[in-house]
Amino acid sequence: MPVNETVKDLNLDEYKYGFVDEEQHVFRTEPGLSEEVVRQISKHKDEPEWMLEFRLKALEIYESKPMPKWGGDLSGLQDTLDEIYFYVRPQDRMEHSWDDVPEKIKETFQKLGIPEAEQKVLAGVGAQYESEMVYHSLKKEWDEKGVIFDSIEDGLKKHPELFRKYFGTVIPTADNKFSAMNSAVWSGGSFVYIPPGVELDTPLQAYFRVNQELMGQFERTLIIAGEGSRAHYIEGCTAPTYSTDSFHSGVIEIVVEKGAHFRYTTIQNWSNNMYNLVTQRALVHERATMEWLDGNLGSKLTMKYPSCYLIGEGAHGNILSIAYAGDGQHQDTGGKIIHAAPNTTSSIVSKSISKGTGRSSYRGLLQVHDGARNARSNVECDALLIDETAKTDTYPYIEIDEKSAHIGHEATVSKIGDEQLFYLMSRGMAEEEAMALIVRGFIEPIAKLLPLEYAVELNRLIELEMEGSVG
Amino acid sequence: MSSPILKIENLQAKVADEDLQILKGVDLELNQGEIHAIMGPNGSGKSTLAKVLAGHPGYEVTGGSVTFEDENILEAEPDERSQAGIFLAFQYPVEIPGVSIANFLRTALQAHSGDEELDLFEFQDLLMEKMELLDMDPTFAERPVNDGFSGGEKKRNEILQMACLQPKLALMDETDSGLDIDALQIVANGVNKLREENPEMSVLLITHYQRLLNYIKPDHVHVMVQGRIVQSGGPEVALRLEEEGYAEWQGIEAAAGEVG
Repeated sequence: MPVNETVKDLNLDEYKYGFVDEEQHVFRTEPGLSEEVVRQISKHKDEPEWMLEFRLKALEIYESKPMPKWGGDLSGLQDTLDEIYFYVRPQDRMEHSWDDVPEKIKETFQKLGIPEAEQKVLAGVGAQYESEMVYHSLKKEWDEKGVIFDSIEDGLKKHPELFRKYFGTVIPTADNKFSAMNSAVWSGGSFVYIPPGVELDTPLQAYFRVNQELMGQFERTLIIAGEGSRAHYIEGCTAPTYSTDSFHSGVIEIVVEKGAHFRYTTIQNWSNNMYNLVTQRALVHERATMEWLDGNLGSKLTMKYPSCYLIGEGAHGNILSIAYAGDGQHQDTGGKIIHAAPNTTSSIVSKSISKGTGRSSYRGLLQVHDGARNARSNVECDALLIDETAKTDTYPYIEIDEKSAHIGHEATVSKIGDEQLFYLMSRGMAEEEAMALIVRGFIEPIAKLLPLEYAVELNRLIELEMEGSVG
Repeated sequence: MSSPILKIENLQAKVADEDLQILKGVDLELNQGEIHAIMGPNGSGKSTLAKVLAGHPGYEVTGGSVTFEDENILEAEPDERSQAGIFLAFQYPVEIPGVSIANFLRTALQAHSGDEELDLFEFQDLLMEKMELLDMDPTFAERPVNDGFSGGEKKRNEILQMACLQPKLALMDETDSGLDIDALQIVANGVNKLREENPEMSVLLITHYQRLLNYIKPDHVHVMVQGRIVQSGGPEVALRLEEEGYAEWQGIEAAAGEVG
């Protein structure tokens, strides 16, 4: 059909946010990772001695650990790691008001389609441009409530005791090779503290973007939700596209104290050559609730399994995950729940969409420790295949050491079928439109939990990815 | 009289990618505002005819022609046929989880209005008006399309879609199958109301049983056996079939098969 040919000619299936800003960094390390690089990062950030030691120890651990053999194909990764810059700083100072943000960076946000008005309304946006916050303002109300929402660097400088008490306690350096790497070279990310009893109606948002060829991004986020508090943190990012492989490895640590309720929402849309290896974990105390809402688009390979350690009686963990694997992409995602206390409950809902040569894998771990009486968990993973060549697989690991546990697991695979397409087309919709509608319906159970602007963005991103998928 | 809205000449079709001929030369003419019924035993090709007319990709036309409003439609995609005014009410409506009927219909109507932006308030009014006409609860439109619907609900959803899309020609593929008598009456009443609203709408009813024709009165009845229309006439043809069944036709066809 002529319409589809036009779409193909425009080549809309390529990465949509692949524009590049002229680089404006003021300092970067030599390519590759070494003790010298780690020392330079620490020196540049003017860190206390203990942090330098922490980083150097992490480097040792990183070097001692072998490359993982499971998950996705990491065989090309070492070459990438030898070439990338582990630290780049774009600017010398933090921005506190929108007016102070350089035009170049505002342009970038405009290209991403985030209206300035929306940013102002949402307020408290911490935007990470390259490795550091450039724009960070906090709602007055939050200041009054004692909420801390800073860059991770400022967290360390301004709140050293609080920082040191929790940093590296949720995800120990030695947890895995990439948490060790992040611990050695981390830069950028958020430090959030919600005092006990404080409830925030407006989400805390960090919108950031990797913007330099061959630059690794190692953001580190530490969040403490005090007893009985209630808050929602949203992070979204999109990176420009480059011909060489790029790398992202974040570590997100969250402590949800007794009776608190915390939700962490991520929508990531990386360029197609990105290795995206992220460790994110929450410690969930007595009667507290942690919710991960995790959306993964783009990248060459994503390995990401948000986890909840339910360590207090009656704790609840909830993981909702959406993955979209387009041509040449592998999304190896899912979640981990550890029931380590009685009467804990959890659920994992994972939805993946694969197209062309894309592959989505669900990888989940569900553990119930001995003595975690009456634990209940339900896991549901649904995969949607757009065409004949797309692939999906599931790796559900379940380890139960407690007889009283109630566990449910359900997995479905569906394919957009000829009958479904014919049905929609017989109502007047073009094939591409019909596919998009089916996909929107598929992710609707998760999209409806997002704030409206993010739900719209998620739908738009997926539609952009799907354009040109016909014919 | 003006030319027929639908004209089928010597239409032949087979299952795509298979050597299985189903339609072996169908001829049919349908004028604006007429109701025709095609009856036939299982496997006679009557459902295939409906699907071929709507452009189902599972079938390949191997000969003959179909014109709709004097235009050849056999090369057109299903969405283009829909936009031209052909509507197929499915025998087995398909589930679209997570997509509400309202959203689905809005997308369909937007497709029908082309580049012109659909006015959401007008759409809402149209939807409510049609649901009222069909005695449907407004909350029905919020349910995901056919997901978890009973057989009767699925068929009513088809009628609602037909009401909103306002086709010139409605192809109703065994709309009566799987319905109890109450559901059948509701669906038939719906079709009759749409016809009262728009007497110019033509209808091609595909059915195995005569009982649907007690509620929707056809102008013409055709009997289809083994890929051909073997008899055409008035409503009396259906009544005769009700009494005698298809045995006679199948016998003739079997004999013809031996000769040919």
